[in-house]
Amino acid sequence: MNVTYLDHAATTPMRQEAVEAMLPFLTERFANPSGSHRFARSIRQVVDEARDVVADIVGCEPGDVIFTGCGTESDNAAILGTLRRHGGTAVCSAAEHHAVLHTIEHAGGRIVGVDPQGRIDLAELAAVLDDDVSVVSVMAVNNEVGAINPLADVAALVRERSPRAVVHTDAVQAVSWLDLRELSPHAQLMAFSAHKFGGPKGVGILIARGAVFEPLLQGGGQERDRRSGTHNVAGIVAMAEAMRITDRERVADTLRLREMRDRLVDTLLAELPDVIETVPRDAKVAGSAHVCIADVESEALLYLLDEADVCASAASACASGAMEPSHVLAAMGVDKRYSLGALRMSLGATTTSDDVDRALAVLVPAVRRLRGGAR
Amino acid sequence: MKVPRLKVMVAMSGGVDSSVAAALLVEQGHDVVGVTMRLWGGDSDTGCCSVSDVDDARRVAQQLGIDHLVFNFTEDFHRHVVDPYVDAHRVGITPNPCIECNRHVKFARLSERAALLGFDAVATGHHARVTADEGGTLQLERGFDRDKDQSYVVHMIDQAELARTMFPVGSMTKTTVREHAARLGLRTATKPDSQDVCFITSTGWRTTFLGTRIPFRPAAVVDTSGATVGTVPAVEMITLGQRRGIGLPGGGPKQYVVEVDVPNALVTVGDERELFVPGQHVAEMTWVQPPAAVGEADTVLVQCSAHGEPKPARVTVAADARSVEVHWLIPQRRVANGQSIVLYDDTDRFVLAGGISRRASSAPLPR
Repeated sequence: MNVTYLDHAATTPMRQEAVEAMLPFLTERFANPSGSHRFARSIRQVVDEARDVVADIVGCEPGDVIFTGCGTESDNAAILGTLRRHGGTAVCSAAEHHAVLHTIEHAGGRIVGVDPQGRIDLAELAAVLDDDVSVVSVMAVNNEVGAINPLADVAALVRERSPRAVVHTDAVQAVSWLDLRELSPHAQLMAFSAHKFGGPKGVGILIARGAVFEPLLQGGGQERDRRSGTHNVAGIVAMAEAMRITDRERVADTLRLREMRDRLVDTLLAELPDVIETVPRDAKVAGSAHVCIADVESEALLYLLDEADVCASAASACASGAMEPSHVLAAMGVDKRYSLGALRMSLGATTTSDDVDRALAVLVPAVRRLRGGAR
Repeated sequence: MKVPRLKVMVAMSGGVDSSVAAALLVEQGHDVVGVTMRLWGGDSDTGCCSVSDVDDARRVAQQLGIDHLVFNFTEDFHRHVVDPYVDAHRVGITPNPCIECNRHVKFARLSERAALLGFDAVATGHHARVTADEGGTLQLERGFDRDKDQSYVVHMIDQAELARTMFPVGSMTKTTVREHAARLGLRTATKPDSQDVCFITSTGWRTTFLGTRIPFRPAAVVDTSGATVGTVPAVEMITLGQRRGIGLPGGGPKQYVVEVDVPNALVTVGDERELFVPGQHVAEMTWVQPPAAVGEADTVLVQCSAHGEPKPARVTVAADARSVEVHWLIPQRRVANGQSIVLYDDTDRFVLAGGISRRASSAPLPR
């Protein structure tokens, strides 16, 4: 498929090295790592080594790394597992990914507002923290608008006002952009998803440092009784390889992609009136180009982009595939005239300057056409 | 005659008619994109926009090799269909939400979106036909399958909209449509026809649906002399002409609701004859054919419900063409406030115009 792919926040193409790393485990090296023969032990070693790689990049002990089936599972295990073990109440921000927001809403937790830049409102957070709170979940990087949350401040507040509580962070969007070693001291629980950083779909990580929780899945207890289910060996191996390369390339990629993102957004703002950059650049990750275009409907704009083979997105979709109005923009208080025209373009490791040129060549006339009426 | 290749957006509900409509357009060589509108996300999500119906539409589109999109029009649907439906019941009006959906969503919102995105036409699976007379004026004609005809529910399409509307299954019988779907192996070939209102699936649901949205008020039931003969729990649920569920003991002569006075919570019952009137006021008219021509017609046929039998009448068109008076050739039952009334030509083939019953008229037959 020859497309201009600007939807890396939805998923990323797999790193070639990750594809190669997983292949042997889909073919001849198929043994179950929990088995009791040497064939199994050789696979067990591979899983252990993958765990070491992850621990090194995150800045935790290998024993803190739990392999899961996806980011959503990691979030659910962290939040529900903590509530089931310790009782109490969960708290999160209104701009969380649905994997956290719906989980906490369902559990009857407390939802805290965000500021106009998409970051959790610390004053509001302070007001809801008390001894009853057992887990506070604040995403590292917002999946829609790219805003970076002040996790250190969140952690300090939680220590002060809810010392019994743990901090969980959905760090699914952080791996490509932030140094996880700087992030990890602020959260006892962290969720990752392989396919957001060049790994395969269907495998994730939960980091649990000094946090005890009730496992979501009961069974063979493969992940030290904190998660059951046969290891997705190929997925785990590929994920660790993707994480290793992403970590190695991160600084260079960030610099390169920030420049491209800036050119993309600067050109848009220069060419089109009444477009706002949803979150200021110093408050978000380098790959995020989220804009709100007045007097344009996202659905219509995405159709024209799609027709020209440019992949972008607006907000999350429901089960039917219909776009839902963005809860993130609503929480940020973005005027509806703008939020209806939300457009998320997200750059990633494979993005080239040509991609930016092609996107601009399609996007600018598409917006003009939609604003001008039928052709 | 070679059909020009058009870019067509086909509204796919996930039912057999719109599936075959899409298939026919593809066979005719058009550039086709399927769209399913997400309209309703409420509790009784079992109607035409449930996730499984979207799945059906998507799978049919995949089978036909066309693109399929889902447009979220829930806000428009609430604003133009659901909220007015609820508000109308509050004041004793019985609207037709499917018609309002066609008027405001399918042949307005969707059609505008299609035009904006460069589509030449919007197609749906309705059983109706777009034809043209010798002079080139477009006509909205009943579907070939008279039993399945849906011209009544799409009567509000005007000339400009007709010019960009296609009803690919309108010239087929329902049996032929199903046979065609079966021949193509479409998964919707044997899917049952959708029933009633998409956000309300049965009478019980209607009571539940409205009961959670408006405060039901009990009403006294009186006969035409004013004597109280019973009570009903919710005046908002009573419709003109209703015979069952009005709290009367069985055995006596048949009694019909002949008046619903919602503000005073009073339901009057009487003999069926009380329902018959010489004329009918129709407001909020939309015109397929020019009002002057309709006013000049000797006789028109007037249909007052989706599957009602059309009855002959003459019409007087108001000077501003926003309303008409229907003068029945033989007195007919009064039409409940809010119901759509559609005028057909005297051959009973072509829609001329349509509007909404706003009150009974006692205008005498013109000489």
